[in-house]
Amino acid sequence: MTVTAAPLRILIGKVGLDGHDRGVKLIARALRDAGMEVIYTGLHQTPEQVVTTAIQEDVDAIGLSILSGAHNTLFRRVLELLSAQGADDIVVFGGGIIPNEDVPALKEAGVKALFGPGTPLDDIMRFVKELPRSR
Amino acid sequence: MTRFGIHLNKPVDSESTLAERVRQGQVRAVARLITLLERGKQEGRDALRLLEADTSRAAIIGVTGYPGAGKSTIIDQLVAAYRRLGHKVGVLAVDMTSPFTGGALLGDRIRMQQHALNPGVFIRSLATRGHRGGVAAVTGEAVSVLEAAGYDVILIETVGVGQGELDIAVVAPTVVAVVAPALGDEVQAMKAGLLEVAHVIVVNKGDHPDADRTLRELNEWHRSVLKVTATTGEGIPALIAAIAEQQRLRDLEGAPTRAAP
Repeated sequence: MTVTAAPLRILIGKVGLDGHDRGVKLIARALRDAGMEVIYTGLHQTPEQVVTTAIQEDVDAIGLSILSGAHNTLFRRVLELLSAQGADDIVVFGGGIIPNEDVPALKEAGVKALFGPGTPLDDIMRFVKELPRSR
Repeated sequence: MTRFGIHLNKPVDSESTLAERVRQGQVRAVARLITLLERGKQEGRDALRLLEADTSRAAIIGVTGYPGAGKSTIIDQLVAAYRRLGHKVGVLAVDMTSPFTGGALLGDRIRMQQHALNPGVFIRSLATRGHRGGVAAVTGEAVSVLEAAGYDVILIETVGVGQGELDIAVVAPTVVAVVAPALGDEVQAMKAGLLEVAHVIVVNKGDHPDADRTLRELNEWHRSVLKVTATTGEGIPALIAAIAEQQRLRDLEGAPTRAAP
């Protein structure tokens, strides 16, 4: 078997202190089954680790799961660090417990999409498959 | 330089500037060139050709073995040990691409994330993308990129192998095979394949009750067998010494020379 089209590479991980990884593992596996290369970093990553890893792995997108309540700080820090590295072509999206009132400001800051509890997996897969492939 | 040792990037490169940035060790350029080579792009091959004079000075060490034997954890420990010796370390961690979906879950670096912010460490996960033999087709070229970027030690983790995935022996002049205790009797060690291409065999999970028996049995069949407990680091200094000894013997035999780390 030869794979011809270059698969999308997506970093999936958890930043911050919460250890609830059932959701993030489900997403990682669904992306794998949708034909993507998933770089799974596991729990308790710092924004600095995420951004350095994303650059070494040359990913197209970063998907972060945050259930700790620290989403406003953590997403912004990841976006800032990407920008500082000249890597703001990498798409950032996320999921977890993110109150509706925080969503517009995070999108304004550059988070491309946020998927809350109960989002059908198909919606997330459709979003990822439609990511720009300009890189 | 920024605080991560990564330079700011320009979006488009000609081959010569990409090659130049790789030669300077710029992480984004290294990562991008590996991607271009992985995709079989001509611009990647052109850049690599400009770099080839800078290669063949690193110590290239393949780490192979059965799924779950502890390859990633051993590499995590080797990275720490080689960093303490002052070497820049590159890691290429290979995992399987699904033959059904074309997707892959690249999870080796979970065990290595303590090094993620170390500017002397570069870790790249590679999917096999249909290549058989235990490594990705791009592995050899990715090694050349890391050599040109100034990495002194390059560790390659194969997929979890069975008996027949031996391509690592083509890419790496030093091969370490990792086995776990109690996975089979002595006859397994007599069979052709994995243990034949290994220069050093590591019995990992050395705190397992069957570790000493496995060590004894393998000792009958191979001249360099070591017991390691990767989770604690016990036995890692002896593994570093065994790798250096293998490199010294190979250099004495007049094989293509590579600096021992």
